[in-house]
Amino acid sequence: MAERCAIVGIGQTHHTARRDDVSIAGLLREAALRALDDAGLDWPDVDAVVIGKAPDMFEGVMMPELYLADALGAVGKPMLRVHTAGSVGGSTAIVAASLIQAGIHERVLTVAFEKQSESNAMWALTVKTPLQAAVVAGAGGYFAPLVRGYMQRSGAPEDTGIRVAVKDRANALKNPYAHIRDPNLTFDAIAGSPMLWDPIRFHETCPSSDGACAMVLTSERAIPRPKLAPAWVHSMAMRSEPTQFAGQEKINPVSGQMCAKEVYSKAGITDPRREIDAAEIYVPFSWFEPMWMENLGFAEVGQGWKMTYEGATALDGDLPVNCSGGVLSSNPIGASGMLRFAEAAMQVRGQAGEHQVDGAKIALGHAYGGGSQFFSMWIVGSARP
Amino acid sequence: MREVAIVSFAQAPNARRELRNEVEILMPVVQEAVARSGIERPFDFTCSGSSDFLQGQPFAFVMALDAAGAWPPIPESHVEMDGAWALYEAWVKIQTGQAETALVYAFGKSSPGDLPEVLATQLDPYVLAPLWPDAVSLAALQARAYLEKSGHSERDLAEVAARSRRSAKSNPNATVSGDYEVEKLLATPHIADPLRVHDCAPVCDGAVAMVLVAGDRARKVCERPAWIRGIDHRIEPHSLGARDLTVSVSTRLAAEKAGVGRGAVDVAELHAPFTHQELILRDALGLGANVKVNPSGGALCANPMMAAGLARIGEAASRIWDGSARRAVAHATSGPCLQQNLVCVLEGA
Amino acid sequence: MADEAKPVTNIKTPMRLEYRYSAGVATSRFLRGIGQGKILGQRCPSCRKVYVPPRGSCPRCAVPTVEEVELSDEGTITTFAIVRVPSENIDVPLPFASVHVLLDGCDIPFFSVVQECPVDQIRIGMRVQAVWVPKEELTSTLQSIRYFKPTGEPDVPFEKLKEFL
Repeated sequence: MAERCAIVGIGQTHHTARRDDVSIAGLLREAALRALDDAGLDWPDVDAVVIGKAPDMFEGVMMPELYLADALGAVGKPMLRVHTAGSVGGSTAIVAASLIQAGIHERVLTVAFEKQSESNAMWALTVKTPLQAAVVAGAGGYFAPLVRGYMQRSGAPEDTGIRVAVKDRANALKNPYAHIRDPNLTFDAIAGSPMLWDPIRFHETCPSSDGACAMVLTSERAIPRPKLAPAWVHSMAMRSEPTQFAGQEKINPVSGQMCAKEVYSKAGITDPRREIDAAEIYVPFSWFEPMWMENLGFAEVGQGWKMTYEGATALDGDLPVNCSGGVLSSNPIGASGMLRFAEAAMQVRGQAGEHQVDGAKIALGHAYGGGSQFFSMWIVGSARP
Repeated sequence: MREVAIVSFAQAPNARRELRNEVEILMPVVQEAVARSGIERPFDFTCSGSSDFLQGQPFAFVMALDAAGAWPPIPESHVEMDGAWALYEAWVKIQTGQAETALVYAFGKSSPGDLPEVLATQLDPYVLAPLWPDAVSLAALQARAYLEKSGHSERDLAEVAARSRRSAKSNPNATVSGDYEVEKLLATPHIADPLRVHDCAPVCDGAVAMVLVAGDRARKVCERPAWIRGIDHRIEPHSLGARDLTVSVSTRLAAEKAGVGRGAVDVAELHAPFTHQELILRDALGLGANVKVNPSGGALCANPMMAAGLARIGEAASRIWDGSARRAVAHATSGPCLQQNLVCVLEGA
Repeated sequence: MADEAKPVTNIKTPMRLEYRYSAGVATSRFLRGIGQGKILGQRCPSCRKVYVPPRGSCPRCAVPTVEEVELSDEGTITTFAIVRVPSENIDVPLPFASVHVLLDGCDIPFFSVVQECPVDQIRIGMRVQAVWVPKEELTSTLQSIRYFKPTGEPDVPFEKLKEFL
């Protein structure tokens, strides 16, 4: 019943700590124009705009889609604003693709962004209200205890997180858009970086970035004369669970497991580790790579760290993970999930340049948010499904 | 398009200041909507609408998920918009064939902050928001332009208010209701000339929930499903100077796409937080004098932010269920001076 | 470059919005309890699990919770992080241990900090007890619990805590 959805244009900004040279609108236009150019389309070709970002307090603008309508060419068109916490970039792409699959629109522009320099993200994440004691220091303070729980449970070697960071920071050197591109980030440099939220070190942590990502999605009949073959959406899935309840599994969340199962089964994937050629996974703290390898079914529970350790997740491994450098190297929060989805599509289009996985045909894009409770994923492929 | 119907609707009392937290407000509303729907959990899809700025806390929607019933984990999404757009997203999901049932909810707690001031943060952050123009003042600019151009008077606005409050007498969840004489309303002072208190929606806290079901399944659980025969939404330029504030171009466009004009309209529930906006919207939707507008009292009598638009759809559906309308139009708005508008056409058969 | 030719790259527009929060019914009861030196949780009528701080509902079962349970102010660390980075909104001196404490009789960890213990000695399974402000300074805010400190009891084995991670 559903229409096929093609990804025909992808664009992103150079992610960096501060983009003082552009407004919020300017930042989004940069990504959107690159996506339109990649697609060979222009603003009037777009039927609808779907925009996503994390909490409005990050920029201090309530429902910024209202102000952005003009800059994104949405005037006179439908415009939707998605917010599902950290997974929002992925969810936004899913809402946009749903508009195509439902047969409602032929060409949809989807954009996600964060301009963290406009406000203070740590403040926005730790708003002090008189009703609760402020004891959780931002996202790092929230996730560090979960990482410690994983370390204790799995018995993973203590340098697993450092090894993930070494890999992702090396991958970022091959991605011209990455925020952190520092050839000096060796194993020793990362190991020697200060503990922020022990067991998480400074260089095992994502940066705060200004950045945006955009994609142009079309129905099969509306695929523009391509410069480059499209990527195809093979399947999409979303799952959410409450923040905290008694008996909840926080390290290997059930919502993530269910989401992965659904996205594989809808794409006809039975052996994900063998069938998926590249994965872009939301890893804001290095230890989340092994945790998500297990959650996504690429490794048995307690064994995810071995994939990192054995180099399976390296660019030349059997399941290259975060060839772009990942969230560890660029983190415009609201856009981080869409970047994962877009980078997956770039891999199957052969568009990833130096960080291209040779011959990638099937790729996974993954995003999560909140307290490891919101998941969104898609499988994209070079072949028409 | 696949046939989709609204089969249940529930709402909170729209109190001026709720001491309950968002989950405490929302949970009974969700439970009521689910119970009335005749659909067992889990729903194939869940979608909600809310805005962090109202209660001044990031991730307001995250805690609200506690009320939705998200265990085992559910396919779920959220818009930082009025819940009417959450309903749209749910409708889209059903159109893809990936869902047959959907739970939609929205909530807003405006009482913790100064709402007209909070809404100033919706404006262009570089050139408008730093001036802190509050939402009532902006609406007054629009009202003045509209009165000058249309020839309507402040009396006409007061008549909209009096009629709305009279209608709200039959709505147990209204914040404001009762019999008010137009003369007496006109004798009250302006708060932002030409607007008086009665011209502006009251500030309240609230929540609404409803259930959507596709095709024959809807017929099974509901005697007279409120079928969504058309739904569309459009946005206009942000800058007030770039728009003709006396008309609602985006509402007219959405109404065309949704097919409002394809048949006679019995009832319209319009999301007009200001009296003059009801008149602008009537024009944009092409509603004749015989259309019953806002039998619930509308947003002028209960305006839970981020839920009032969705409530309009629920109220319109209620008129289908009770047989007082065969065809109803619901409308939702977002942004300063009707910047973004959604139109939904409901039919009983 | 003449001033008028320089681009405007940055403007500061301070924002100030004031909010009057309300805790909600369940949390208000909890905070009033804290003001009396008591920790009150709520039991879910369906899964029988005890929540603290209570929010008036069980997120797992999506049902309201009413039954009140007074909890011990002693508990066990289920996991923790050592925070070494300053955060504007946190007054505790660095480094400090941000911990999840499973209070005795409760089924969900409570977020707090541990002090009176070198941070390198904090461990999963450690037994801790709340340190309250003096009785006459008790107020209905979580600041009434200053922090948790070790009790010196033997650790709880990790096996028993696994399901609380």
